[in-house]
Amino acid sequence: MTALIALPVLLPILGAAITVIGSRSPTLQRVVGVVVLLAVSAIAVVLLVESDARGPLVAELGGWAAPVGISLVADRLSALLLLVSALVTLAVLVYAIDQRIADYGRGTVSTTFHPMYLMLSAGVSLAYLTGDLFTLFVAFEIMLTASYVLITRRTSAAKIRAGMTYVTVSLLSSLLFLTAIGLVYAATGTVNLADLAGRIELLPPGLVTVLGLMLLVVFGIKAAMVPLHFWLPDSYPNAPGPVAALFAGLLTKVGFYAMLRTQTLLFHREEPWTLLLVLSVATMLVGALGALAQNDVNRLLSFLLVSHIGFMLFGLAVFDAAGVSGAALYAAHHITVLATLFLVSGLITRRTGTVALDRMGGLARTAPGLAVLFAIPALTLAGVPPTAGFVAKLALLQAGVAAGPWTTAVAGVVIIASLLTLYALARVWVRVFWGEPKPALPDDDPDDEVVVGTAERTPVPMYAATAGLVAVSLAIAVFAGPLSAVTGRAGVDLLDREPYRTAVLGVGP
Amino acid sequence: MTGPTTINLAMAVTVGVLYTAGFYLLLQRSLMRVLIGVVVLGHGTNLLLQIAGGPPGRAPIVGTGTAETITDPLPQALALTAVVITFALTTYLLALGYRSFVLVGHDEVQDDVEDRRIATQKMPSASLDDDQDHTDEDHTDEAATRQDPS
Repeated sequence: MTALIALPVLLPILGAAITVIGSRSPTLQRVVGVVVLLAVSAIAVVLLVESDARGPLVAELGGWAAPVGISLVADRLSALLLLVSALVTLAVLVYAIDQRIADYGRGTVSTTFHPMYLMLSAGVSLAYLTGDLFTLFVAFEIMLTASYVLITRRTSAAKIRAGMTYVTVSLLSSLLFLTAIGLVYAATGTVNLADLAGRIELLPPGLVTVLGLMLLVVFGIKAAMVPLHFWLPDSYPNAPGPVAALFAGLLTKVGFYAMLRTQTLLFHREEPWTLLLVLSVATMLVGALGALAQNDVNRLLSFLLVSHIGFMLFGLAVFDAAGVSGAALYAAHHITVLATLFLVSGLITRRTGTVALDRMGGLARTAPGLAVLFAIPALTLAGVPPTAGFVAKLALLQAGVAAGPWTTAVAGVVIIASLLTLYALARVWVRVFWGEPKPALPDDDPDDEVVVGTAERTPVPMYAATAGLVAVSLAIAVFAGPLSAVTGRAGVDLLDREPYRTAVLGVGP
Repeated sequence: MTGPTTINLAMAVTVGVLYTAGFYLLLQRSLMRVLIGVVVLGHGTNLLLQIAGGPPGRAPIVGTGTAETITDPLPQALALTAVVITFALTTYLLALGYRSFVLVGHDEVQDDVEDRRIATQKMPSASLDDDQDHTDEDHTDEAATRQDPS
């Protein structure tokens, strides 16, 4: 069982190695990628079931016991997010493979895509599973380095500019993270999260606040929390469709997961966190209002992504079991729905040959299937009942109302931001799907991977992958009962902290 | 292990200076300066990790002294990992900067796409170009970014 915990990290790394060696055979690369991600999904299911039944599972790397060695921990929260992430990664890979097959002739088949994709997946798994602050840093670096390559792979000047912003900002946040780790180690003499949970409480309160805020800023940059979000709408729309979907689905949520884990485990508090409440309001409103002003469909989705990070921040800011559990459920739903929307946007762009909303129209008549594929995740993101988004949002609202007058007020902002989301997506719907069909624009730049053009028919697996993700998000709605029971228990565990510490450090802290 | 013991003032000041210079350089427009900023900031961070291990002592692990007299080996391991990572990413950033230089002839970071759009909206001449202008802006912006050599 303990070996199983390391596999979601090891398998993708191994797969990446194989795809580097076998880079001459695209078929081999594709098969390895799909098989590895299928295996990771299966393992994640086992980990989720086991950790839900028996409490957090721990693997000690190299056989060294916890405070000294590095431990991997799979509890309910990390196993759940690992499962959802693995499914999304798999679907996006299928989509990306078929986009490349169909686009064969738009330049050579790239040998860097598959290894980098799998390394990114390994980094994401490691970030979820690690029980050690420094290993978390390494996980972020693995993930981000792979993402740097994926976002700047086919380089035009515009992409270099966007990639540059992305790389510099991520690098800065990584160096700040390292600084925070240095200070934490200087203050406590350990980087093991479970060990830190006990030791940080013994420090002077001023120092605890400084460390907590540093980690908040670090993960705030990675999670695109306003006012640290500016890099995101600038860089994601410049990535090719599937890559943008992967980033939008996973990267910011890994940042949020790290924030959730460190703040609940290390910086325990009894009251709602006023600072984070304010930041969550700003994030929700800035993101939603920013989305209204966009004409580029991918930029619009990027702003909505920022806005919905605020919903999760709100769950964490409430800082009780209900709020944290709502945030976890929201993260799981958000990973699937954002990835789906970016994939659908890729499909739309293939038909219209442009990302500009006012140049599209009438797709409901010419592509009714696509309209359905867009409508379901759009309603889910806006939180219309009975979708997964509604279930997750309801959990957050209930937590907010139960926690006091201020959090109730913020819960009101959640509703406003949801309505703004619905409005922004309705604008997309009207512009893209209603009205007179407009002719597709010609594919003028064959090197451009964002606007992939209309020369060829869209292959069926691209639709199938998108539909698969829609099915996952519907499944979250159908199994909302058991899922929210799992996240409920996860929320209680996160705030109690004892199960985690006991599992990692042995009997009693 | 560490404690609230003495910290070398010279080292602390050095770290402070490196951070200041690093952040200042990061805020510059030239990619080359941003790159040097990342390098300087990286050095500052690694030095900080070293200092986090407490005062220097005898070599760890080989067993030349008691637990009190040897250096804490963990920050050294952490710093080593961090050095490798910052080195790799610096190289990557350098390659990106070079690519930018090849494509546009200089390494100044361009304006934000959004900034450009707002700038064009304010100019009256922009709306006179043609009646479809703001439907076009994505494309003109992209084109402007691609062609603009200055």
